Amino acid sequence: MRKKIFEFIGFFSLRVCLYIVLAFLFIFLYDIGSKGGGAISWEFISQAPRRGMTEGGIFPAIMGTFFVTMVTALLAVPMGMFSAIYLNEYAKQTRITRIIRLSIRNLSGVPSIVYGLFGVILFVNVLKFGTSILSAGLTLGLLTLPWTITASEEALKTVPNSYREGALALGATKWQSIRTNVLPNALPGMLTGTVLGLARAAGETAPIMFTGAAFFLPFLPRSFSDQFMALPYHLYVMATQHHAISQVRPLAYGTALILILFVLGMNMSVVILRYRLRKKRRA
Amino acid sequence: MKKKKFSDLKESVIKAFFFTNGILTVMILFGIFALLLFTAIPAFREIDLKEFFTSHQWNPTSPVKEHYGILSMVAGTFMVSLGAMIIAIPIGIGTASYLSDVAHWKVREIVKPIVEILAGIPSVVIGFLGIVLFGPILAKIFGTSNGLNAINGSLLLAIMALPTIVSISEDSLSAVPKTYSDASLALGANRWQTLVRVKLPASLSGIIAAVMLGMGRAIGETMTVLMATGNAPAFPRGFLSSIRTMTATIAIELGEVPYYSTHYYALFAVGLVLFLITFILNLLSDVILNKYQEREQ
Repeated sequence: MRKKIFEFIGFFSLRVCLYIVLAFLFIFLYDIGSKGGGAISWEFISQAPRRGMTEGGIFPAIMGTFFVTMVTALLAVPMGMFSAIYLNEYAKQTRITRIIRLSIRNLSGVPSIVYGLFGVILFVNVLKFGTSILSAGLTLGLLTLPWTITASEEALKTVPNSYREGALALGATKWQSIRTNVLPNALPGMLTGTVLGLARAAGETAPIMFTGAAFFLPFLPRSFSDQFMALPYHLYVMATQHHAISQVRPLAYGTALILILFVLGMNMSVVILRYRLRKKRRA
Repeated sequence: MKKKKFSDLKESVIKAFFFTNGILTVMILFGIFALLLFTAIPAFREIDLKEFFTSHQWNPTSPVKEHYGILSMVAGTFMVSLGAMIIAIPIGIGTASYLSDVAHWKVREIVKPIVEILAGIPSVVIGFLGIVLFGPILAKIFGTSNGLNAINGSLLLAIMALPTIVSISEDSLSAVPKTYSDASLALGANRWQTLVRVKLPASLSGIIAAVMLGMGRAIGETMTVLMATGNAPAFPRGFLSSIRTMTATIAIELGEVPYYSTHYYALFAVGLVLFLITFILNLLSDVILNKYQEREQ
């Protein structure tokens, strides 16, 4: 009997742990959703901030995040795919392969502010890109690289070996087999996986703080060597650096909601896309 | 014949191209270390190494005498991260155990992606919630003037570490061979005893690796602690005091410091220390996870 009671209490407390985790998530989303919802209007997402950022919208920040994510994608997506192709298709179990894999795992654990420091030296100072969209995007690209590699490799792993062997048996070279049989099947998975990495990169603040994000710019950047406003940095500014913090709190909530909707929206669309692709392949 | 040679050449060029991309990741990791090191070294032309590591006074802008001691911020970093682990480990392992052992598989399939959403929330949003949501609550509970202190930071970091801990712990619990729990159940142990005395010990290495990964993330996290812990540059006196971590110090000061000054170099030295701490933690958790996978095979 005592054993039974112990088991009951034990399993019950495990269930409570799960509820705590879910409660945190629910409270977060509810708080941002309920208080940020009121701030969002067409004006909020289509106008620049006005009157020392106490009024108006966040349009330059949305566009800035969009531009910088494009630069990030230009670096991280192809490099991630190429590295994944090497690791999954060419690499044998050698010491160098092990070192590459170890580096990738370690890169994904390097603190984001350290990437920021690296970007300040390499892109801003040594390569003289200055504080710009280019510097910030490349810094974020390096940060995203381990995620895009891992995601692309996962997609390559789902292609059955018989596809490769079939092509090779017909006399195709290794590259021909990869190009005609492996990549077409893996590409959708690779793309959806990398989009998730980009969504996470778009929400990062620390790496762009010193490589190009601006406190306030009333206009859009004209080239990739201009500074830019970004959603996450804008939220940081509105929450801690603004001169009238309590006055702009609703705007900060609105920015937080847009940021969450943006990141979760990318996540959701990937889930749906994956589901559709799987269905299509079965049919 | 000639054609064959050409296609051989083409193949090896293509292979070399992909290999270059793979090896670049090693060069990036090494490049980060090397650039941090070379930018940090000039700091020690003026700063005493011993002072840097043992003094708890960090005051680079003092008009009388500048102090560059990182002890306070290292202590702050470890305090807030350890606090986060104290909160996240029991809840994370509990959730993982529930998902792997108690929950119906349908519940598991629904709950796992929901927990992953938590990992997708940007850190700046979590920090913002620390200010507007947890801050006032904590201030009321502990009767302090504001809730921006070490506990707030620990709580937020714990929530951010939870998805990592839950997912890796759940994986390693599920990887325990079924024969283990079958044997335990056949000997008359109930499911709770089997979980606590057989499955959890058997998956301990995976759980330890998960905790170390979570710890590494917590130590390296910037925005959350920058926004929620108050940033007082003094040696922490307790969980209710305002603290400033290594990451927050870099984030606050790098924007104001003139390039190529001692202060600028010193901030990179802080970054180097931060890089080395997280690097060692990641490496250790990697070694543990690898050992555990080898044993499985």
